[in-house]
Amino acid sequence: MSSQNGTAGKGAPAQSELFFGHKACAGCGGSLAVRAALNELGPHAVCALPAGCMSAVGFNFPQLCFANNAIITPFAATAAVLSGIEAGLRAQGVKPDDCTVVGFAGDGGTADIGLQALSGAIDRNDDVLYICYDNEAYMNTGIQKSSLTPFGAKTTTTPAGAHAPGCLTSKKPLFEIVAAHGIPYAATASVGYLPDFVRKVRKAAGIRGTKYIHVMAPCPTGWGCDVDETVELARDVVDCGLWYLAEYEGPAVSGEPGGRFKVSRKPRQLGRVRDYLRRQKRFSALSDDDIAAVEAARDAKWQQIEAWG
Amino acid sequence: MRRFLSGDEAFAEGVRLARPHVVSAYPITPQTVVVERLSEMVEDGSLAAEYVHVESEHSALACALGAAATGARTFTATSSQGLLYMAEVLTYAAGGRFPIVMMNANRSTALPWNIYGDQRDSLALLDHGWIQAYAQDNQEALDLALMAYAIAEDSRVMTPFMASLDGFALTHTYEAVDVPEPPEADAFLPPYRTANRFDFENPVNMGYSAGPEYNRYFKYWAHRDMQAAAQVIGEVEDRFASVFGRRYPGLLEAYRTDDAEFVVVTLGSVAGLVRHEVDRLREAGVRAGMVRLRYLRPFPYEGLAQALAGAKAVAVLEKDVSFGAEGTVHTNVASALHRAGLAVPVRGFVGGLGGDDITAEQVRGIFARLQEGPEGPAVTFLGIDEAAPSPRGPSTHEESGVRQ
Repeated sequence: MSSQNGTAGKGAPAQSELFFGHKACAGCGGSLAVRAALNELGPHAVCALPAGCMSAVGFNFPQLCFANNAIITPFAATAAVLSGIEAGLRAQGVKPDDCTVVGFAGDGGTADIGLQALSGAIDRNDDVLYICYDNEAYMNTGIQKSSLTPFGAKTTTTPAGAHAPGCLTSKKPLFEIVAAHGIPYAATASVGYLPDFVRKVRKAAGIRGTKYIHVMAPCPTGWGCDVDETVELARDVVDCGLWYLAEYEGPAVSGEPGGRFKVSRKPRQLGRVRDYLRRQKRFSALSDDDIAAVEAARDAKWQQIEAWG
Repeated sequence: MRRFLSGDEAFAEGVRLARPHVVSAYPITPQTVVVERLSEMVEDGSLAAEYVHVESEHSALACALGAAATGARTFTATSSQGLLYMAEVLTYAAGGRFPIVMMNANRSTALPWNIYGDQRDSLALLDHGWIQAYAQDNQEALDLALMAYAIAEDSRVMTPFMASLDGFALTHTYEAVDVPEPPEADAFLPPYRTANRFDFENPVNMGYSAGPEYNRYFKYWAHRDMQAAAQVIGEVEDRFASVFGRRYPGLLEAYRTDDAEFVVVTLGSVAGLVRHEVDRLREAGVRAGMVRLRYLRPFPYEGLAQALAGAKAVAVLEKDVSFGAEGTVHTNVASALHRAGLAVPVRGFVGGLGGDDITAEQVRGIFARLQEGPEGPAVTFLGIDEAAPSPRGPSTHEESGVRQ
């Protein structure tokens, strides 16, 4: 069951575009991340995508939107399929030198249902790159809470009401969880700082073993913002400190026992959390006290981040 | 070379001869010996495969799927809850038309937790689009490992293959097995070549989604190609016989059914016992016969109708029940008879659950029931004392006598 990219050829964009003709929502941060990453990785990258936004918008027979080799995976199995692809290519001796086996999975597909398989791949140190595009909820199924949904965000399964302003849990620290495996390379990024993201993709592609990049990818549909605010919000979330740009180099890369964390962007002064939150309808039920709590949690997190140096 | 091997070991030998590129493995009793032996073969260099230590059965099959998408020959193995855990990946593998070969050690399903053999695991997944074969003995297990690839990878089939061995009865029981030499195996099984793979010259998108206007065609052709597998199985067995000198009888084995009045239809290792009892009954003048189903998918409608055409009564003996209905094999056999317009009565016998022994006496009892006439229950559980209390325990505090 395979088919050439149905949109290639007549009317196709410039050859450098590898993800096009899909039906993502206007302003989709996830599709921007996939497009930018593939642009860097090139046509020999082999992609695996689980159930989620990017497979839902990109794999609709007969309109197939990857100019690369690409496959849908079972929801929980992104990393396991990546491992299989890499092993299969290597065992047959047909893996091109410039081939990165890359996965693109959402926050739910990574931090929830796909975490076990991801952990297994890192444990084996399989030579794959796993990119999590984090839009902070199960957007493809209609905006339900995941373990990467931030505190206070309204979703269709964390409605705001008399008892809660929205989601009551805070984001699972996935970057640190991945780093705790001693993975050769992990990074956080944001589509608001695209050159930083692309640099990290390039760096990851040059490292053997398992790599993980966690890229913040706003979703206007789920966040309740205008479709032209994606990149701005993706910058704001970094500038106000609710997201951070960092890298982890494991012992194999850094040469240090336990590896080394590094902050890629240190804002001189963190921006106002309130301004970031108030731009999005999903946070509309937050009280001033709630916002103060978000800010306090941010400050605590930054104490940890600053210790990374 | 003749060797003394357990079923798991025999299957592992067959896999070694098939030269898979990728083996993904997660242990579960009673499958473990297969993946242990394969890891030893990879370690000693006699099997040049990537051995991937996955962290679950779900990932075992997902990894095989990813490897198959590159055009690699793949193998994995599982059992029971492991098979159920990977169930959703079975439909991905089948729908993606990846000819993965998997061994399943037939084992009881929880609860109660039980590591011993019955067929409830694989029969529960009969509808997931995989070819399903059941071995009778360890020689057949090894031979199935080789034939599985030839059948699954045939361009007319392109369907994954599950070969089931009765847990412990085969997986852990030793028999003399003829292990073919690698050159013979290579002559029988050529390298896997497929267009259903990634291609760096002309990249492909695989495993897409398809709406209602296309979906039915994917499913229709999966069905057609599974049906076509019946003929391919015959061709592969002919070729197998010409290379190795061992002949297998296709989707089913009909034993002394030509003039049989009373026939037991069964599958797996218990067929040996049933065959023995058929011989004893024949000596006593009873026209007894047996059908051993070797394949449940594709299902041998024609072969069954032919084998049972002259029967007065048919019993289905299986280690499975679909609660509230009957054994799944029973349902399929009854359907085949109905389709063929045969009005022969069919009785279901459910035995061997959770490793329970099916005795010669019970098999004789089944034949006796068939000779008694059409009266009696449609489904009988072997070895059940109706007067014994239910072990499920009290369902209310009142029943248990516990005061709230």
